[in-house]
Amino acid sequence: MSIIQQGLFVLVLAGFGWLLFKRVKLISKLISLGKTSSKEVNKSEALSRTLLFAFGQKRMFEKPLVGILHFFIYAGFLLINLEVLEIVLDGVLGTHRVLAPFLGGLYPVLIGFFEFMAVAVLISCLVFLVRRNILKLDRFQSTEMTSWPKLDANLILIIEIVLVSAILFLGAADQSLQVLGSTGYTSTGPFYFSSFLMPVFSGAEEASIIIVERGLWWGHIIGILFFAVYVTYSKHLHIFLAFPNTYYSGSEPSGKIQNMPEITSEVQLMMGLSSEQQGNPPESFGAKDVFDLSRKSLMGAFSCTECGRCTEECPANQTGKKLSPRKIMMDTRDRLEEIGRNGKFERDEKTLIRDYISEEEILACTSCQACVQACPVQINPLEIILELRRYLVMEESKTPQEWTAMMTNIENNFAPWAFPSADRFKWANEFNKEQE
Amino acid sequence: MNNVKTAAELKAEGKEIEVLFWVGCAGSFDDRYKRVTQSIVRILKGIGTEFAVLGEEETCTGDPARRAGNEFLFQMQALSNIQVLNGYGVKKILTACPHCFNTIKNEYPELGGAYEVFHHSEFLQDLIEKGKLKLENGGEFKGKKITYHDSCYLGRANDIYEAPRDLLRSLDADLVEMERSRQKGFCCGAGGAQMFKDAEPGDREVNIERTDEALRTNSEVIASACPFCMTMLSDGVKNREQEDRVKVFDIAELIEKQQKKE
Repeated sequence: MSIIQQGLFVLVLAGFGWLLFKRVKLISKLISLGKTSSKEVNKSEALSRTLLFAFGQKRMFEKPLVGILHFFIYAGFLLINLEVLEIVLDGVLGTHRVLAPFLGGLYPVLIGFFEFMAVAVLISCLVFLVRRNILKLDRFQSTEMTSWPKLDANLILIIEIVLVSAILFLGAADQSLQVLGSTGYTSTGPFYFSSFLMPVFSGAEEASIIIVERGLWWGHIIGILFFAVYVTYSKHLHIFLAFPNTYYSGSEPSGKIQNMPEITSEVQLMMGLSSEQQGNPPESFGAKDVFDLSRKSLMGAFSCTECGRCTEECPANQTGKKLSPRKIMMDTRDRLEEIGRNGKFERDEKTLIRDYISEEEILACTSCQACVQACPVQINPLEIILELRRYLVMEESKTPQEWTAMMTNIENNFAPWAFPSADRFKWANEFNKEQE
Repeated sequence: MNNVKTAAELKAEGKEIEVLFWVGCAGSFDDRYKRVTQSIVRILKGIGTEFAVLGEEETCTGDPARRAGNEFLFQMQALSNIQVLNGYGVKKILTACPHCFNTIKNEYPELGGAYEVFHHSEFLQDLIEKGKLKLENGGEFKGKKITYHDSCYLGRANDIYEAPRDLLRSLDADLVEMERSRQKGFCCGAGGAQMFKDAEPGDREVNIERTDEALRTNSEVIASACPFCMTMLSDGVKNREQEDRVKVFDIAELIEKQQKKE
C-alpha cells in the first residue's frame, strides 16, 4: 500500500513540478522580450532596498492594520512551508511525521507555532474577504477590476483559507488517532491550536478518522501544488517577483526620465555639434508594444498584485479621468500573456497602445510620480506611460494640438509659450526701474 | 549698482560666476511669477550674494517637451543649454522652478552638464541657517495659518519636503498640513506638460480638487514653491471665489517680506 502511495506522490509532485517549470520558463521568456538596460545595478543598494521593501514590506505598513494582516499571511506562507517540507519528505519516503522522533519535545512546539501562523493567516484572509466583498473598498472597485481580477483575488483568499484549515483539521485528526493508538501515528504530544478541533472526531471510528486524515493530507498537498501553479497565472505572482522587481528597480530620483542616448548623436549632428553619426539610430522611438519596453517594466507587469495603491493616489484617476496606473500594469501583463498564448513571441496585428491602452489614458498623466511612490514593490507605471507617449509623438507625430503649439513655441521662441525670446530678460528692466 | 548682471557681463568683467540664477520660462514671462523672480533677486541683493543670470541666452530646459514624449526637442534644448552653461564655466545653479531644477539636476548630467543645483527653498533655508539671511521677528505672518503645497518635482522627485516648511516656520507662521502632504501630496495638475493643454475628460479638475483641500485647512495663505503649482492653485482659488480671503504666495515672496533690511 505504502509503496503505491509513494509512487503516486512522486508522480503528482513531478506532474505539478513540470507544469510549474513550463510556466516559469514561459514567464521568463516573456520578460526577456523586453529591452535590456545597460545600467549597472548597485548591488549593495539594491540588496538593502530589497531587504527593506520586499522582505521588510516597509510601504505596506503605511496602512498599519493592513500591513500587519498582510505580514501574517506573508510570514505564515514562509513558515508553514517548513511544515510542507516534512509533508513532502513523508510523501516520498512513505513515512509519517518523519521529523517528530528527531525533534522530540520541540516538535509539538514547532507544530503549535505553525498552527498559530495558520490561525493568523485564516483570520487575515477572512478580514481581506470582508474588505473586498462586503465593505467594498474603493480601490478594489475601479473599472479595471472586472470579473477575472475580482475572482482571482477572492480565489487566492479562499484557497489560502482552505489550505490552512486543512492543516488544522489534519492536526486534530492526527492527534485523535494518536489517542486511539493507531499504528503508524507516532505519538508527538498535543498541538496547541488543532487540539481544540479534536471534539470533531470524538466518537468516530478509527477507520473513518484514518480516511479523513489521509484525505486531508492528500488534499492539502495537492492543494498546495495546485496553488503553486495557479499563482503563476494570477496576480498573486508578486509573492516571488516582488523580490527581483525591488532589487532591479533602481535608485534614481523618481522624477528623472530615462535618457535616450541612442538619439543624442543624431541630435548633435542636427545641431552641428558634431559632424559624424556615431552608431546606428534606433529603428523606432518609444514603445508601441511590449517588445519596446524595458525588461524591468515587463517584470513589473508580472509583479503587480493589483492592490490599487497607485490608482488610489493618481490625481488623474481621482478626478475621474480614464488613466489608472494599475490598469497600465495589468494591460501590459495581459498583452504579454496573449503573446505567450499565441506562441510566436513576435509582433502581430495587435499592439499595447490602442488595443490595450488608449491615447486618452496616457495623455492624462501629470508625471507626478504618486503611483511610483505608492507601489509597495517598486513598480514604475510612469516609465511605460512615457515610453508610449514617446511612440505617439516621435513615430506617429500624434499629439494634442496644444502640445504641438507648445513644442513649436519651444523650437521658435525657446519657451513653451508664444513670447518672443527677446522679451525674456524684460523682467530685469522692470526690476531695475523699480530700484531707481 | 543694482542691475541684474548677466553671465556675459560678468565674463566680460573677468569675474567668475559663483552662482547662476536660472530664472526659467515662467519666471521670465509669466506676470505673476516674475514677481517671484524679483523677490529672489531682492533677497540676494539685500544680503550681497553675487549671482548672474543668462538673460536672453537662457532657453527652456526641455522639461515639457520630454514629458510630452518629444525626446529630440528635449535633447536639442538640453544640449544647447549645456553648451552655454559650460561655456561660462557655471558650477552652481539656483532656480525657482522645480521642473527646471529636476531637469538640470537629474537629467542634464547624462548629456554632459553636471552642476550643483539648488532649488530656492533649499538655497534660502541654507542662507538662514548660516545666518546670512536674517528675518524680522514677529512680522506679518506671525501666528497666521499657512498651508504648504508640495510640488511633485520638488517632493517626490527630489525628496525636498522640509526646506520649504522650515522657511515657513521661520516666519513664526502657524503651518497647517493638508490631508495629503509630503510623499502623498496631491499634484496641482500641471506636471507632465499638462500645463500646456486641457485635461482629459473627467469629473473634476485636478487643481480644483487640490485647492479645495487647501481651503479646508482654513489657511489665509497657500504657500507654493513652483510656478505651475502657483498658477493652478491661484486659478483654483479664483474659481472658488476665495481670492479675497486666501492668497497664494511663493515661499520666496513671504521670506522677502520678513527680510531684515541691513
